[in-house]
Amino acid sequence: MKCPPFSYHRATSVDDAVAALAAAGGEGKILAGGQSLVPVLALRLARPDVIVDVDRVPGLDGLELRDGVLHAGALVRHLALAGQALHPLAAEAARWIGHTAIRSRGTLAGSLAHADPAAELPAVLRACDGAVHVAGPSGTRRIGADDLFVGALQSALEDTEMITGVELPVPDAWGFAEFARRHGDFAVVSVAAARFGDRLRVVVGGVAGVPHLVDAGDLATVDGEISEDRVAILAAAAADDVDPADDLHGSARYRRALTEQMTARALEQLTTTVREPA
Amino acid sequence: MKITLTVNGERHRVDVEPRRTLSDALREDLGLTGTHVGCEHGVCGACTVIVDGLPARACLMLAVQADGGSVDTVEGLADDDGTLHPLQEAFSRCHGLQCGACTPGMLMTAAHLLDTEPDPDRATIRAEMSGNICRCTGYLGIVDAVADAAAHRRARPEEAS
Repeated sequence: MKCPPFSYHRATSVDDAVAALAAAGGEGKILAGGQSLVPVLALRLARPDVIVDVDRVPGLDGLELRDGVLHAGALVRHLALAGQALHPLAAEAARWIGHTAIRSRGTLAGSLAHADPAAELPAVLRACDGAVHVAGPSGTRRIGADDLFVGALQSALEDTEMITGVELPVPDAWGFAEFARRHGDFAVVSVAAARFGDRLRVVVGGVAGVPHLVDAGDLATVDGEISEDRVAILAAAAADDVDPADDLHGSARYRRALTEQMTARALEQLTTTVREPA
Repeated sequence: MKITLTVNGERHRVDVEPRRTLSDALREDLGLTGTHVGCEHGVCGACTVIVDGLPARACLMLAVQADGGSVDTVEGLADDDGTLHPLQEAFSRCHGLQCGACTPGMLMTAAHLLDTEPDPDRATIRAEMSGNICRCTGYLGIVDAVADAAAHRRARPEEAS
């Protein structure tokens, strides 16, 4: 339960962090709030040679709404995300993350880079069809949510790259529902739902290696209000579309049933959270 | 690596390995063993301290990350003359502890709750305290203690620190 030894670099800027990662030659790891990485180190699931601490890099904690998209800095803490009103779905989801003592330190980009398939913010990023901005030795690039998550705890980020900012389009209506064994635990199943115009995106966490975007075919095109019947049909379609595995926390059948319930809850909430036209 | 920590208002200069957690730095380097370590991977909440005004898991923060910052621990709750903090009194009165392993974390979490929400209902208390695990009490005494301390504090605001 003690971290293995590493050398430590406190980065002063994004360029400095990227240079330190490059110098580490693939054996470096970004540390920000530490709420995912420090347990990984303590359990010795990883032994990076170099920790590049970006926790104090200035200019990465902004929250700005431009053209219907929330532009958030990499170091926005979960508490700040939970407390903002610019992106209500992200705020609601952030309130479900751990506890105050976790939310005070954990960061938006940290959660996305860690890519836990049961975590809240990866599901929200995907439901909103968002993107991350990444800096690396060969410059910057943008990775869309559908391409960012590769597998459980695996993202499309290279070892020498770091997320610098996040784009979260603000949906016209949204819903979020989660079931966990205990208050503040990782979800057994969570559902983030977002409607942009007549297009509905429903993402289920905890049922696959990555947050699962439900393929609901024509059902994902919605016109006007979503009726109770339509909610039930969509929830059943989501349950059909997921292929969860059995594990200690629940059987595949249980997770499928939870997917239906949580999708219904998220969609019921979605019907009540329509954004006022600007 | 040499760092400066202001703990309960007192400045300390310590030399730590980068891998030293804040909880170990407090306990091993500063001798402040009031902060307990339980799981050492962020689950149990026993090591909860206040860092720059917000609760944090001291086992999930490297000491070097707290360099230059201020840390409040359970040792800072009671007055210098030994007079207990109203929360400590309430935990004693309401049997909010048995073995005491989780108590420092419980107290620091509750202290932050009452600083930010002077009149929490029981559901709020339960939600905010849910990040701290107790294996003895069944939690009822703990929730009672936090509610009791909040009521005392509202009745005698001049005693609140």
